[in-house]
Amino acid sequence: MSDFFAWISTLPPLAQIPLVVLAFGIVVALLIFFLEIAPRTGQKYTIIRMAVCVLAPALVFLALGSVIWAAIVAGALGLLFFWLDFRSRQGAGYLFQLVGFLAPALALLAIGLIYPSIQTTVQAFMNSRGNRFVGLENFVWIFTQDTGIRTVLNTIVWVLIAPVVSTAFGLAYAVFIDKSRGEKFFKVLVFMPVAISFVGASIIWRFVYTARPEGQDQIGLLNQIVVWLGGSPVDFLSVAPWNTLFLIIVLIWVQTGFAMVLLSAAIKGVPAEQLEAAQLDGTNGWQRFINVTVPGIRSSLVVVLTTISIASLKVFDIVRTMTAGANETSVIANEMYSQWQGFETGRSAAFAVVLFLLVTPIIVYNARQLAKQREIR
Amino acid sequence: MSAVIPANLPVDEATEEQLGRGEKVMEATRRTKKRLTSRGATIAALIIAIIWMTPTLGIFVSSFRPAEEVRRTGWWTILQNPGFTMDNYVEVLQAGNSTLNLANAMINSIAITIPATVIPMALAALAAYALAWIDFRGRNILFVSIFALQIVPIQMALVPLLSLFSRGLTIGDVELFAGLDASGSYTQVWIAHSIFALPLAIFLLHNFISEIPGELIEAARVDGAGHGQIFFRIVLPLIVPAIAAFAIFQFIWVWNDLLVALVFADGAVAPVTKLLAELSGNRGQDWHLLTAGAFISIVIPLIVFISLQRYFVRGLLAGASKG
Repeated sequence: MSDFFAWISTLPPLAQIPLVVLAFGIVVALLIFFLEIAPRTGQKYTIIRMAVCVLAPALVFLALGSVIWAAIVAGALGLLFFWLDFRSRQGAGYLFQLVGFLAPALALLAIGLIYPSIQTTVQAFMNSRGNRFVGLENFVWIFTQDTGIRTVLNTIVWVLIAPVVSTAFGLAYAVFIDKSRGEKFFKVLVFMPVAISFVGASIIWRFVYTARPEGQDQIGLLNQIVVWLGGSPVDFLSVAPWNTLFLIIVLIWVQTGFAMVLLSAAIKGVPAEQLEAAQLDGTNGWQRFINVTVPGIRSSLVVVLTTISIASLKVFDIVRTMTAGANETSVIANEMYSQWQGFETGRSAAFAVVLFLLVTPIIVYNARQLAKQREIR
Repeated sequence: MSAVIPANLPVDEATEEQLGRGEKVMEATRRTKKRLTSRGATIAALIIAIIWMTPTLGIFVSSFRPAEEVRRTGWWTILQNPGFTMDNYVEVLQAGNSTLNLANAMINSIAITIPATVIPMALAALAAYALAWIDFRGRNILFVSIFALQIVPIQMALVPLLSLFSRGLTIGDVELFAGLDASGSYTQVWIAHSIFALPLAIFLLHNFISEIPGELIEAARVDGAGHGQIFFRIVLPLIVPAIAAFAIFQFIWVWNDLLVALVFADGAVAPVTKLLAELSGNRGQDWHLLTAGAFISIVIPLIVFISLQRYFVRGLLAGASKG
């Protein structure tokens, strides 16, 4: 397999696409073919099944470049699996099908998410070379020096401000344009930043913030406005602690469109009868909004808030592109990358674990909400 | 909203017409009333929309202005300082580092994104089918655990996965996986993106696949189709909208990603986001280049997004928590 990929990488980039997709397609087609004939009875099919059970794992291990007897062990285990499948209560071929459908995805998840996460957690308690256990030293390091504390605090500031503000803007905008003429057009305008990469968005906003010395013509819009108002130009991205806020604005700019689209769909789901009844009771627009619309879209609000919270916790690209963490703007994800680049794998892993711990409560809350909704239904 | 005439009420044509007219008038008055009360809201919406558009407009306008003009004057003075050029685009496509320029990086982005969209989709569809239509013990637990994997920040997985790719896996003295000789190839980044996409893809596709009527599957089974045929000939055609939704979401996600690219796509295979971030660091004041570069990088996702917006929204609603 290594050789195949090595050969493919010598080709021009655009030629690699069809080749890889084709190779992948052939493997999947073979898999589906064997899954189709698996439950058929008859000696011929039993032999085919046995051959696949033994050969497939052996070949996979050979393709991965493992030593020959590991492949033989894999083949032997395959034979055992064939026997289990043959004796299966649901009929021969049942287990074969089940494993055939699930194994590729599950194997990749185990290799690419579960194993690395465990590895990272272990690393977090090791020294920078990963060969000595140091206990909580890495975490102590994070929480005892100024930059580390600043990093964690910044992340918390991100998660406190960005979700609330973008949800508020998104909700207001969704309400304002609801049932207005040209609603679709209005939506696209604000939704568009969602498709723009954070790197692109960062450049767009650095251009807005850019400053020229006093007396020259400004080329950054924000500083021009400051000058028009009679102030002197400010380098927005270097003045701590306010620079973090200017970075957060970029995330707000991107995420408002997301919040708006989701909440707009939710608002349309609020029953018109309830709104009309409230109107007959003599309420004004604001009262109707607070007492009818908002409770009606509560669950969507929770989804939007938690989603943007997770995005703010994991924010990386914006900080990396705009300041690279300079001037006290670093956040956990950025610091995790910087430490890794500086060969401090232990500290880097510790940052990743802190991030994981910060994300977990939000997800638990989200899952609880989901479970509650299911119960009501 | 329409007032419905009860079906059993005998109504002659004239009355029906009259009722219809009344309905129209009611509609009309209601609409004008609404518009009168929400004029303030429309203005507020307009202001928000303008604020949201202005930054993008700024780089769009600047990217077509001569470098000298961009350096000297603000883009909002385009009417006083007119000028149009494509030079910025020509120049930025050749800008870059020693190993590649932005034009190569665009090609890299395409070469990374397409397989990284196709592979997870196929694998996820297979797994989602089994989770939805093959009965086995522990099915629900397995499904929930896969869903829960979404919470693992990819930051947790990056570094060990990279060392797995480069050094392989050896337990004791047994070399189980020799490692990929993958420097300068897309292999790592394809596999990494595919893996990180799986939990969401399985969850999303499962929701659609499990909604297929059971009678349909049963009928196919009675006709002698095995799981392979059912999957390929019945399930796949039915979940095309879901596949489209996920494909667009994944395409834009991979295209816009920086973190995975920084770790797994180094040197000659770096995508456009990585090169742009680099450019923004090294030549941070060459705004004529940066604006053109940024605009190039957002053009393809914007085209995908605007032409397939409906599907994209659906994918977004279902998969908001990725990353």
